[in-house]
Amino acid sequence: MIRKLAVRWGFLTGLIFISGYSYSQSDNNQPDYGQIQGNVQMLFQHYQEDTIIAGIVPPEETTLNAFTNLIYTRGNFSAGVRYESYMPAQAGYPDRFKGSGLGYRYASYSKDELSLTVGNFYEQFGSGLVLRSYEERNLGLDNAMDGVKVAYTLTEGVYLKGVYGKMRYNFNDGLINTEGYTRGIDAEIHLNSIIPGWDTLKTRVIFGGSFVSKYQRDDRSDLVLPENVGAYAGRVNISRGGFVMNSEYAYKINDPSADNGFNYHNGQAVLMNLVYAQRGFSVSLDAKSINNMSFRPDRNLQITDAQINYLPAMTTQHTYLLAGTFYPYATQPNGEVAYQAEVGYKVKKNSLLGGKYGMDLLVSAAQAYAPDTSLITAEDPGLKVYDNKLLSLGDQAYFGDIHVQLKKKFNKKLSGVFTYYNFVYNNDVILGARQLDGTEVEGTVYADVFVAEMNIKTKSKHNLRLIGQYLRTEQHQGDFVALVAEYSISPHWVFALLDMYNFGNAIKEDRVHYPFGSVTYIKGGNRISAEYGRRRAGIFCVGGVCRAVPASNGLTLTITSSF
Amino acid sequence: MLVSKMPILYLIHTMKKLSLLLLLSSICIFAFSQDRSKKVPSAKVKDLQGKMVDTGDISNNGKPMIISFWATWCGPCKKELNAISDVFDDWSEETGVKLLAFSIDDARSSARVMPYVNAQAWDFDVYLDYNQDFKRAMNVNNVPHTFLVDGKGNVVWQHNNYSPGDEEELHEELLKLTK
Repeated sequence: MIRKLAVRWGFLTGLIFISGYSYSQSDNNQPDYGQIQGNVQMLFQHYQEDTIIAGIVPPEETTLNAFTNLIYTRGNFSAGVRYESYMPAQAGYPDRFKGSGLGYRYASYSKDELSLTVGNFYEQFGSGLVLRSYEERNLGLDNAMDGVKVAYTLTEGVYLKGVYGKMRYNFNDGLINTEGYTRGIDAEIHLNSIIPGWDTLKTRVIFGGSFVSKYQRDDRSDLVLPENVGAYAGRVNISRGGFVMNSEYAYKINDPSADNGFNYHNGQAVLMNLVYAQRGFSVSLDAKSINNMSFRPDRNLQITDAQINYLPAMTTQHTYLLAGTFYPYATQPNGEVAYQAEVGYKVKKNSLLGGKYGMDLLVSAAQAYAPDTSLITAEDPGLKVYDNKLLSLGDQAYFGDIHVQLKKKFNKKLSGVFTYYNFVYNNDVILGARQLDGTEVEGTVYADVFVAEMNIKTKSKHNLRLIGQYLRTEQHQGDFVALVAEYSISPHWVFALLDMYNFGNAIKEDRVHYPFGSVTYIKGGNRISAEYGRRRAGIFCVGGVCRAVPASNGLTLTITSSF
Repeated sequence: MLVSKMPILYLIHTMKKLSLLLLLSSICIFAFSQDRSKKVPSAKVKDLQGKMVDTGDISNNGKPMIISFWATWCGPCKKELNAISDVFDDWSEETGVKLLAFSIDDARSSARVMPYVNAQAWDFDVYLDYNQDFKRAMNVNNVPHTFLVDGKGNVVWQHNNYSPGDEEELHEELLKLTK
């Protein structure tokens, strides 16, 4: 506690010092006090009992999540704090987040080629395969680093970064970090900037490399665990005209953890992406292979807690209700091989198919499989060791997503979007599909989803959006339909009504309606929204990271503001 | 409970709360004394060729700029930028305005940015805010969030949402700046 106190006083003293500094520094008539900016996000929820969907009601009946960021900047200096409240945390959030206090505080200074940050910061090396510290507040995910970050531009085109600190894991009247340390360095070289004569070349080449290491003491008496675990990665980005090629390879030494069943195998990951794009046409191909790449400052943590690295899912994140919240994929850090291909095409205006306004077409297919592994019998029976062939498909399908989308404007007032999706969802592995009573669905779910969206401009600044959705499956909860009507009056108001109906449930009593309504008022940087209704238990994803959200019924008020 | 029984801990506890209060109030005093206008802060982003760009260095030679935060997975964001794209030639002719679109896509979807921008034939300057440093510096909670910046680099208007027709308000604000 005394240490915590010292930290806070340190920040206060720092700010007072700066304010004195800013007085003495003023060189013109108007003293420069710098500026304060910030933002607020508050989410209040009232829960009511709903036995039909087994809706969750916390003992407090209401929850409040609130975040206020304040950032002070003056010239090259900036400092900021975030005050957080979980009283208690919203259902679906990590329930160990409690109370109110500072969840983030930093001071940073940059001058010429050097930039220095102390306190909390976020950072990403390359595509994040060995290090990505970031915040996704809507998922209750925040693995901010707490320590020191240095960034140095050696020369135009050579960028160096170093981080050293602890990683955030919990919140209880203030942030709580993991015990172990995480530290790393990264270098990025833009060849076109440093090789004489290359700056005018059409081909651009960027190389990068990172090394990250974590320290955690050996906390097991039955195992000999590595206390320092290192991981490194190399990446290359080549572009020429409409072609871009990106790839990254990462390797991690043996890192027995709760995630991998305390096996001593090393970890590997490779990400590859090739894009070709020109006006009105694009193709993109992705390949990914991951094996044993879970990497945390604390080997005993699981799920989304304190992950040092980021293993992106290679599948599209869908936004329509029935396509996005039922069967979304989440990367399997212990191992997977995945491919995706996507083609986008804009049918020209005034053509046979395109009509007066043209038409957008998108076709996408993604597959994820188990890795191709074979067990190797180790001399020590306590060690589980296996061999893995990168990018080679195993025999078990984890996930499949094929979708086709067509976007068309019919006339000045009417436009539509039509999408078909086909999902294959191996619930024995992904574990996201549950029945109303909470039991896991066994085996694989096969589903087709059809979505039609119409946008109708009723008059100037008034718009009606109608969305019809139909999900067809023999497994899980059977067929669903959903209807959404949204009326917006620009720039201030949005009204929405929604009903989702599980008409195809095999159990008659479980054929439930999920009515829901919302009103939103927006003015400048302020946004206030009230929602009321029944929410289905489902999976909520942002950027490929997902969290299971329990069923609930009640009122939600959200306020966000930016100033 | 324990805290109130032990004087030294109680004292520390009070001081802790007090320091926080002092900190917040000193920030408020600052907030009052400052100039109302908000400037575009400095953060490192990448352009679509992977080149590093400092947002503090971005300017439009004394003419206004629109800064828009979006993502490939955000439907309203894409609607907004497509709606602006349809009329952007006129806006640019009238006012010399430049539009900077900052994608907050992460490693999962950032490779989709370039194909999408090309497929839609946007004539905007598109950047990848890959570590979301600029998003944080601009105090953006969620996307879409659009700012209008005057020729002196002051943020004069912002809007955190998109409904069809919102671009008309932005256009009106833009015309006010150049009158």
